[in-house]
Amino acid sequence: MSGMSGISVENLTKRFKDETVLDGVSFDVPKGGTLVLFGSSGAGKTVLLRCIAGAIEPEGGIVRIDGQDLHDVAPEKRGIGMAFQNFALFPHMSAFENIAAPLRARRTRKAELKAGVEGVAKLLKIDHVLGHAPKALSNGQKQRTALARALAAEPGVLLLDDPLRNVDAKLRFEMRLELPRLLAGRGATVIYVTQDYKEAMALGDRIAVLDGGKIVQMGTPEDIYRRPASMGIARLFGDPTINLLDVVPENGGGGIIARLSDHAVPLSPGLEAAVGRNCVLGIRPEAMAFSDDGDGVPVTIEAETPLNEKTVTLAKTMRGRELLVSRPAGTPAPVSGAAHVVIDASDVILFDRTTGARIAPDLADAEAAA
Amino acid sequence: MEHTSPLERWLRGIALTVIVLFFMFPIFWIVLMSLQTNETILRSPPSMVFMPTLQNYQAIIAGRLDSNVASMSIEFMGNLFNSIILSVGSVALALVLGVPAAYAFARHKFRGSEDIAFTLLSFRFAPPLLVLLPLTMYFQQLGLADTYIGLIWVYQLICLPLILWIVRGYFEDIPVDVEHAYRIAGHSWLSTFRKIALPLAGPGIAAAGLLAFIFAWNNFIFALVLASADKQPVTVGALAFVTASGIQYGQIAAAVVMSIAPTLALALYAQRYLVEGLSLGAVKG
Repeated sequence: MSGMSGISVENLTKRFKDETVLDGVSFDVPKGGTLVLFGSSGAGKTVLLRCIAGAIEPEGGIVRIDGQDLHDVAPEKRGIGMAFQNFALFPHMSAFENIAAPLRARRTRKAELKAGVEGVAKLLKIDHVLGHAPKALSNGQKQRTALARALAAEPGVLLLDDPLRNVDAKLRFEMRLELPRLLAGRGATVIYVTQDYKEAMALGDRIAVLDGGKIVQMGTPEDIYRRPASMGIARLFGDPTINLLDVVPENGGGGIIARLSDHAVPLSPGLEAAVGRNCVLGIRPEAMAFSDDGDGVPVTIEAETPLNEKTVTLAKTMRGRELLVSRPAGTPAPVSGAAHVVIDASDVILFDRTTGARIAPDLADAEAAA
Repeated sequence: MEHTSPLERWLRGIALTVIVLFFMFPIFWIVLMSLQTNETILRSPPSMVFMPTLQNYQAIIAGRLDSNVASMSIEFMGNLFNSIILSVGSVALALVLGVPAAYAFARHKFRGSEDIAFTLLSFRFAPPLLVLLPLTMYFQQLGLADTYIGLIWVYQLICLPLILWIVRGYFEDIPVDVEHAYRIAGHSWLSTFRKIALPLAGPGIAAAGLLAFIFAWNNFIFALVLASADKQPVTVGALAFVTASGIQYGQIAAAVVMSIAPTLALALYAQRYLVEGLSLGAVKG
């Protein structure tokens, strides 16, 4: 069962009664690659994973592993390792037996089985609790046992359904650091489901954003953060969330500008088509900074709060619109009263107000103009 | 529930005592009766003071019923044996048939599955008299009348729906992911059923089996109509004590004690499962 497998999903559709949970989902994961499926709860991530694992049957579409259509392949014959969000440990078996289950199914010899279980347990630092029943394990140990069970038989395909969801923040942080190393060492093709954007950005070569049963954007973490396909996606990635301000771009001073409190923010070239349209300007909190020389958008400062390694300031523009500005903790900034913020023009994102879609700069036009 | 005032605890104690007395008194009284002769039982006013005697039990075990006018033989030990065969046999059959069926109803929603499950449950609503006449006629033609197999078959009307519905609830309470995890790990559905579903539903299966046993043991009407003397269980056999020369209260009491002893012992032994099993089916956590 070792060796590498690529996963390809084509036009996968799943309905529960009248509700369409998956609506024509297609993607490929190359052998040994990692795809993160990202989306809020109810987006269809878990259902998608189950269709691949064979736990539920899709209404339409094809799932292939290594080019083989899995339609008539029973779940136990797919050679998949899967970790469940709620762990799904076998409550009447010890941690050892839980991890050994995939090896037993493959009729591994006794000595090899013991070595296999102990090896993967050591890797996940649970070798001292192998004799415990699941209910005697802490949440973190349960989660590691579930992961160990998924890894035990060295499957070519690993499906991880939000495995860090039900563990505490400290452990989640540790595992976020540990997991990429763990997965890379195995050469397996991985699909990782999460609703934590930091996890998504830390683990995936590529991220597929799932919403309402459809993949709304697929790309590298950088792609999705800097060029989100829609306002919705922009809001999901980033903490504190992106500032979204209604603007109507206009021609001014040698380029396209958006006005914020009578201050002109230059927009990137190639956005001529947006002039005069109702738009939304997306500004990441870290794309703004306070300026000392009175240049920039005038704001009044309302409050300040620390957030991890950042300090976040809530400011209000003259029209009363709220702005979140973040800066590395410890850097000086005005604490109250009037101030000015400057905006990094290369980092702003323009959305159409009615459709919510990003308005991409037309680079051909921009080059022609230049 | 830890914070109860003394008054509350006191009232609760009284309530529990009243309930226990109410339900235990008949059993207590029948045990007393079984240790007396007919004369002491029937004296007026009744008294709790008497010389205990085991002659009722001796008569029943020996199979000889001696009254002051005549002596007749009865087959009570045979009845007890019949009861055991019929109850054990029908519970075993109901488990073999009902547990896989319950699993199917719990896990696979196929067309008409709810209707079939409900139809099976409705066997419990129908008055037995409704089916007795046609059954008697069929059984005589098929040669099943007055056989253990025929009776065990009919007893499925009692045991099968009970086991099916209780065990189904238990199977439904097992998180489906646990079963998926076992299959994805590489095991067939059959070994998933044996290694995951069966052990996890174990307490429920035990409780359902026990209840079915008690219901089967207590059944009267099917056995009365469909079984002749040598296949009759204790419930029907007890009628033999109503004789032309009077009712042998002492011996009836001894017979009753002997016939409730097995179910009582079973119920006491497994009462934890029983309560757990029944309440788990009703309230799903």
